[in-house]
Amino acid sequence: MQTIPRKVYLDNSATTAVATEVVQAMLPYFTEIYGNASSVHQWGQRAKQAMEEARYQVAELVNATAPEIIFVSGGTEADNLAVKGIAEAQVEKGKHIITSQFEHSAVLNTCRHLEDRGWRVTYLPVYRAGLVRIEDVQAAITDDTVLISVMHVNNELGTIQPLKQIGDLVKTQRAAGHKHLYFHTDAVQSVGKIPVDVRELGIDLLSISGHKIHAPKGVGALFVRRGVRIQEQQFGGHHERDRRAGTESVPLIVALGKACELERLHLKDFMNRVGVLRDYLETELLRRISNISRNGDAECRVPHIASLNFDYCEGEGLLISLDLKGIAVSTGSACASGSIEPSHVLTAIGLDHETGRGSLRFSLGKDTTKEEVDYVLETLPAVVEKLRRLSPAAKANVQQTSS
Amino acid sequence: MYSKQVLEHLENPRNVGVLEDATGFGEATNPVCGDLLHLYLKIADGKIVAASFKAQACPPCIAAASVLTEMINDLTIDKALRLEPADVTQALGTLPRNKEHCASLAIAALKAAVDDETWLATACGTVPGAIATG
Repeated sequence: MQTIPRKVYLDNSATTAVATEVVQAMLPYFTEIYGNASSVHQWGQRAKQAMEEARYQVAELVNATAPEIIFVSGGTEADNLAVKGIAEAQVEKGKHIITSQFEHSAVLNTCRHLEDRGWRVTYLPVYRAGLVRIEDVQAAITDDTVLISVMHVNNELGTIQPLKQIGDLVKTQRAAGHKHLYFHTDAVQSVGKIPVDVRELGIDLLSISGHKIHAPKGVGALFVRRGVRIQEQQFGGHHERDRRAGTESVPLIVALGKACELERLHLKDFMNRVGVLRDYLETELLRRISNISRNGDAECRVPHIASLNFDYCEGEGLLISLDLKGIAVSTGSACASGSIEPSHVLTAIGLDHETGRGSLRFSLGKDTTKEEVDYVLETLPAVVEKLRRLSPAAKANVQQTSS
Repeated sequence: MYSKQVLEHLENPRNVGVLEDATGFGEATNPVCGDLLHLYLKIADGKIVAASFKAQACPPCIAAASVLTEMINDLTIDKALRLEPADVTQALGTLPRNKEHCASLAIAALKAAVDDETWLATACGTVPGAIATG
């Protein structure tokens, strides 16, 4: 049988295709309903109405209320606004922040920025499992702690952090008089992939990114629980209830709303279907290729991400070789970024440099099919074998792959 | 990101493996990212008559080593030693700026292999057939 050139996109944690329904929903807001949502005439009011509908759609996905949703430009802005917004609003009460070692750089670098300006930051360990431990959170809290920021799902490993436990701890602390303690989570990798309920988890602020859930790049949202005050980070008009100045991008906001609605409707389906495919991919790769290992806790993780290390291979070599076969994945290898260390996530879980060099992340999406996974299973063993044949470190016995 | 020459060498690396009758062996490592390159040379009458490599390294390093084994084949030692990283880069079309060190790694392995050959020839008079590869 002749091989058909294929395109298999397994990098959905990097970004996703915009859904057709989402594109359809946003298009009228470029040329027909183009009013400024702050204008009082019908052009403006129709745009505003669409924006408020979107706000409701976003809120519904995470069990928030519409006024608690602030539209922003993406996950990075949401994280910046949350972390700096709380730190600066609570500066009189305390200057200590607790976060984890493997947060997204939008949180990590915001924390480092604050450290340079006199804040104290505790970076919690995440251990081999890639999970924050609640006892570490508890031990880190001091009277001047104003913010705990722990991501919901780690982007490279897919591990789900114990947010409910942290949320309960924050509630207990507050009840005991620690009123200025707030809880933020970067939920960019969890929203639309697993159930996210801000009430149940006890979250005060939550970051959402549009392009991870089939909306376009350039739009996101920050949930800020009612009654929580944040310092605005850019100055201008009275948009978004004085919390985020700048004329709202109505088309992108409408797109985000539609995407959230679709994710909510298809969430159960997605989890069941993609979980089966991910497990199939992982099990078969582990069976067909020797000397590979898995990263992160096997149980406490999202259904669509697999993180694997291929010994005696360099991650970028795997990535480019797969790309040439029409398969997109990502790597935490140092070579890929031109840095000394493997990714800060792999370093945080204590992976040695040599193992981290051969890491690949597969992130499946709502449109991934079994045929696509089969194509990866047919292609990858040969790619690994080719690179291992090149490797001076590989012994003859690890070059064998069975199929 | 990478030139079609780099991709082509990654897909079809030339002269891969341990050269059983090598007369010189050179190893180069990149302390920055841990890339490892082994180069084997067979030199006869002052001329490189065979070259091969093994590498656990990123695509441009594999490509640099692969293209170098082609470039040095049939060259006199003197000419081979005059090769510079820029020559390797040129043979690959181009390399991204943060990957130019890959060409240097290949040249470093070449120099080490030539030195090894020179040392073996002077120390032993004759050259042992098989070189330990570690």
